[in-house]
Amino acid sequence: MVNIKINGRDYSVPEGSTILEAARYAGIKIPTLCYLKEINEIGACRICVVEVKGARTLVASCVYPVNEGMEIVTNSPKVIASRKSTLELIVSNHKKECLSCKRSGNCELQTLCKEYGIDENKFAGENPAVAIDDSAAHMYRDNSKCILCRRCVAACGAVQGIGVIGANERGFATQIASAFDMNLADTACVSCGQCIVACPTGALGEKDDTDKLLEALSDPTKTVVVQPAPAVRASLGEAFGYPIGTNVEGKMYAALRRLGFDKVFDTNFSADLTIMEEAHEFLDRMQNGGTLPMITSCSPGWVRYCENYFPEFIPNLSTCKSPQQMFGAIVKTYYAQKLGLNPDDVVSVSVMPCTAKKFEKDRDDQAAAGVPDVDISITTRELARLIEKEGIMFRELPDEQPDSPLGTYTGAGVIFGATGGVMEAALRTAAWKLTGENNDAPVDFKEVRGVEGIKEAQYNVGGKTVRVAVASGLANAKTLLKRIKSGEASYDFIEIMACPGGCVNGGGQIIQPASVRNFTDIRAERAKVLYGIDEKCALRRSHENPDIQALYKEFLGEPNSHKAHEILHTSYKAQNLYR
Amino acid sequence: MAFKKSAVPFSGTAEQEERLRAVIAEHKDDPGALMPILQKAQDIYGYLPIEVQTIIAEALEIPLEKVYGTVTFYAQFSINPKGKYRISVCLGTACYVKGSGDIFNKLQERLGIGNGEITPDGKFSLDACRCIGACGLAPVITVNDDVYGRLTVDDVDKILEKYK
Repeated sequence: MVNIKINGRDYSVPEGSTILEAARYAGIKIPTLCYLKEINEIGACRICVVEVKGARTLVASCVYPVNEGMEIVTNSPKVIASRKSTLELIVSNHKKECLSCKRSGNCELQTLCKEYGIDENKFAGENPAVAIDDSAAHMYRDNSKCILCRRCVAACGAVQGIGVIGANERGFATQIASAFDMNLADTACVSCGQCIVACPTGALGEKDDTDKLLEALSDPTKTVVVQPAPAVRASLGEAFGYPIGTNVEGKMYAALRRLGFDKVFDTNFSADLTIMEEAHEFLDRMQNGGTLPMITSCSPGWVRYCENYFPEFIPNLSTCKSPQQMFGAIVKTYYAQKLGLNPDDVVSVSVMPCTAKKFEKDRDDQAAAGVPDVDISITTRELARLIEKEGIMFRELPDEQPDSPLGTYTGAGVIFGATGGVMEAALRTAAWKLTGENNDAPVDFKEVRGVEGIKEAQYNVGGKTVRVAVASGLANAKTLLKRIKSGEASYDFIEIMACPGGCVNGGGQIIQPASVRNFTDIRAERAKVLYGIDEKCALRRSHENPDIQALYKEFLGEPNSHKAHEILHTSYKAQNLYR
Repeated sequence: MAFKKSAVPFSGTAEQEERLRAVIAEHKDDPGALMPILQKAQDIYGYLPIEVQTIIAEALEIPLEKVYGTVTFYAQFSINPKGKYRISVCLGTACYVKGSGDIFNKLQERLGIGNGEITPDGKFSLDACRCIGACGLAPVITVNDDVYGRLTVDDVDKILEKYK
């Protein structure tokens, strides 16, 4: 511990803390813009400046470590004036569209400008016209709202190990863009959206498909069905004032019903279905000399990363479609037939914690009934906006249940939304199968839980040793794949999720400002929701889902049957894009 | 977004690539290897087109954007080759107050290219430069080694005509 003074009072704080962290221990929030803990620590924006006795200038508290006897002032007139000027200069070149900007009310720049009472027109910046890049399927970039904090650059380069965006040119001409200003769609971007959730302003955002959705909902000739993904219920509440880590599943179903969906189902159902296919695919590969390690294919960001950067691992990818796509495929085939509907008249909608799902739905080989499995994919954020826009009083809604049959799920389905969840769910069914369909086989595989970037475990099930690894965040995936390539490590089964912590921290989730992210592990808080639901489920193995059993009995036959392959499996292709 | 690929097709030779790869091999494991590699690559090719930057990015296992971001940060690097006629417009203080900014704009308009670019036929390239020490003749432009001084915007067409 070191002894310091903050604003005239004595504190004892852990050695090695930054001034920003030390102040937080003391209950003082220092504002930041460019700083994102462990992701972007560059001390560039100068919003977090403080006075340190004896220092020549104001110092950036986010990167300045405390020393014994240090005297810090976080709120002197000099500090306040400096922050104010910095903000006034930033907004001088910011497109002030704040009345209708999607980030209004959840914009870190706006919040600070209000807190500091700045004069937003003090300086007339050049505000050069910039082209909006909306070439990619999942997002847009509007540099007229960019403040050059580089949080997106760090999310893409450091967290995901991709780096298809960066700062081009210099000085006033600096722009965040791709090499040679090429369209994002021409780069090896994997659509994960981690740049969007890192952005403090409205410069980056998901492509908004809510108008398309409203149009479908108002068309009386269409049957519109919806599937919310596991992780959505763990974050949606944040948009309506609930603490991070609140399960709003019941209100989510109720809100979807009030939006006018004909049927409110659940991706948890098709997560169970994915496990049926994937666990059996794994057992088949293990028992019949197939390509191992088998790697999960639920995360479209990861699948795209594999195609772009590690095509040599394509044979290792499970051929299973993701739960979103399996759900859509079943809706357009089994469910449409059951109701006697033409697949063309069914609109299949998903609500996802993910931006890459917007890209995934238009991939090749994702149309089981000859029409797209999924028609519209919106993010958790778009759902929150829609609920607000339609005047649905979310907090006052009753807790409702999903519709049958595609809404029934087991605990294995819901944990898909957290890193390690798919692995654990698959192990539950595989262990049951390998022990001769023994109901006493283990259900909890706790070694693969938790937010750690790479996890390894070894299980002995039914006399067989299964070596597994779980990675989340693509930089971690890269490390893991390189270890496998070099022969340093060897596994039978691997789960990879593009986003750090898995879908709960997906690029489509409710955006938490840096002031929260720097001091709370949102991944862990949201994951707790899913494991909490799992614990309370009476059925915790996917194959126990009665409606899944009925689906196989009435329609698919056996897992991995010819019919199941046609409807529920897909293919991959190596890509040659600018990396 | 407008793809800023050079208007002139890449015409690098196998011999140039061999030299570039030797340079990369020499510096690959040095800290801060990118700068010396880029400098030597520009010596070899005269400029740093996407084809050259891609070779460097792949060999160093870094994103192409990282290379491009560095190239566009430093004025010493160019992503376009120089034309047969290299036009430089002095935007130093004396020339600027005497109206070289207008001359620069007129040249951009006449040639249909921006600063640091080259016409698709490879004939003209245009660069803004700092003081060339001929302030007495302000405003000044140079075309290769020819110096033109005391210009007005009306002189631009006459000068270009000479090189057509």
